[in-house]
Amino acid sequence: MKSNKVYSYWLLLPALLIYGLLFLYPTIVSFFFGFTRWTLTDWDWIGLENFRMFFQEPSLMIGFKNTFIFAFLTAGLKVVIGVFLAVILTSKLRTKRFVRSTIFFPVLVSTIAVGITFSVLMHPSEGLINLALDLFGIDGPDWLGNPDLAIYSVALVDVWKGLGIATVILIAGMMSIPRDYYEAIQIDGGNKWDAFRFITLPLSRPAINTVILLALIGGLRTFDLVWTMTGGGPGFSSDLIASIIYKQYQAGFYGLSTAGNVLLFLMVAIVVFPLFKFLNRKEVDL
Amino acid sequence: MSQANNMTQPVKSVSKEKQKKNAVMIIVETFAVLLCAVFFLVPFYFIIVNSMKTSADAAKLSIAWPTEFRIWDNLVEVIRARDYMVLTAFFNSTVITVVSIILLIIVGSMAAFVLHRRVSKLSRSLSGLFLAGLMIPPAVVPTIWVLEQLNIFKTFTGIILVEVAIQIPFTILLYTGFIAAIPKEIDEAAIIDGCGGGKLFFRIIFPMLKPVHSTVIILNAVTIFNDFVHPLYFFPGSENATVQLTLYNFMSMYNTDWNLLFANVLLITIPPFILFLFFSEKIVSGMAAGAVKG
Repeated sequence: MKSNKVYSYWLLLPALLIYGLLFLYPTIVSFFFGFTRWTLTDWDWIGLENFRMFFQEPSLMIGFKNTFIFAFLTAGLKVVIGVFLAVILTSKLRTKRFVRSTIFFPVLVSTIAVGITFSVLMHPSEGLINLALDLFGIDGPDWLGNPDLAIYSVALVDVWKGLGIATVILIAGMMSIPRDYYEAIQIDGGNKWDAFRFITLPLSRPAINTVILLALIGGLRTFDLVWTMTGGGPGFSSDLIASIIYKQYQAGFYGLSTAGNVLLFLMVAIVVFPLFKFLNRKEVDL
Repeated sequence: MSQANNMTQPVKSVSKEKQKKNAVMIIVETFAVLLCAVFFLVPFYFIIVNSMKTSADAAKLSIAWPTEFRIWDNLVEVIRARDYMVLTAFFNSTVITVVSIILLIIVGSMAAFVLHRRVSKLSRSLSGLFLAGLMIPPAVVPTIWVLEQLNIFKTFTGIILVEVAIQIPFTILLYTGFIAAIPKEIDEAAIIDGCGGGKLFFRIIFPMLKPVHSTVIILNAVTIFNDFVHPLYFFPGSENATVQLTLYNFMSMYNTDWNLLFANVLLITIPPFILFLFFSEKIVSGMAAGAVKG
């Protein structure tokens, strides 16, 4: 206990001050201002009015649906494709350094740059993607102009950009599996598929869980990619909660915007916290 | 791996099975590289080629080789646009990134040190509070409200402090992982020699954290330089341009001059590319480590 004195809270204070003032405090007061009509200088308590708006207005309601679709779709694809890539990249491939670097680099490129580039590549008639599909005789869709499709197109681009980090985490997980296990299953007469099913997959579970959680957390709060590629459109068809928060802020509906923030907080809490507990419990079972 | 080299000089001892395996391996290799190139390199090739074209050429949105090389003129025009806005933006983004990182290093490492070493209920719940910041989305308008009360909305101080607040949980996470590996005996020896908390940390622990410092610098540099959302909310105003905001604004301004837009994209992609060339191992391991511990 005496040694605790050396590790003085004074050293912690600057971090706590900045974090508390500009992150925790705004988060806490959002639970108050979400219930108000707010002009930043003045507020009126209007109870659940803002939240009722969110659930009644179709243009706001769609944000929930899209946010869930976006988060779960990107998380799922990142895990599935990531596991596939990680298995290949932990094999004896000689070009794996090159492949890994190429897949990883988009992680470091600004989202705006990626968004701009892909909006051009996804151009319905002249975009490279549809021209390439034409070669195979496929009539490519209007990726971003079709309201039923726009959010999925943006999700695919998000997977393209974020796949690198997922793959790298999964590679790290697979590399930490002891070689002996693979030798053992070989001696027992198991083939490669058995090795994947019974060793690689269960033992990289912690890494897979990490990827799922990171992708979900990132997906639920995504804003910049959608904003650059579709601006939430056509109409409201690809709006996410985060883009609605921005739109309402721009329109001066600060209370409504803050209510959106509260809802996003609750969504993260409802999806991520239980999943975190659930996934960690599964880990113990192994 | 070495077996593949034997392929070129047929050795009789190489069994047919091995040859077959090698052939499969080569097919897999070629396939992987090709797929990778199509999906991940073509978009970058597209950016580079189009940034070199004339406006009419770029309007075709193709990956054809430029008929006329205009890369230099394009870059100059982008830089001159709106009264050298891109230069202002680069300056602003650099200031924000550098100052935020300096603060994050000092403030983050101190906090991680105390949070890891101190054994008490309070420090454990404080750790939890910081970790929560990895998941919770920042509350936008309330943050603006706080910034306005402090009179630092739309200022460098404001955006820098917000960036620090947002990045501090991840920074602490990176530091904690490393500090956990420093034996407590070092602390004890220093305490016996009469070191106080501050002296122990700054004289002994802080220099030992060098490898993490560089990880913290690189990862935060990429994140803060590429940040679009927070400057959009907390650093608005025409003279407050950052590189990402400028690029976003150019999107509507240059919606017919794709060559200029892609020249700007190219310009903005160069800094992370240079970082990646020199520190790719550090970036990859840092991101993977930070993520796994979280």
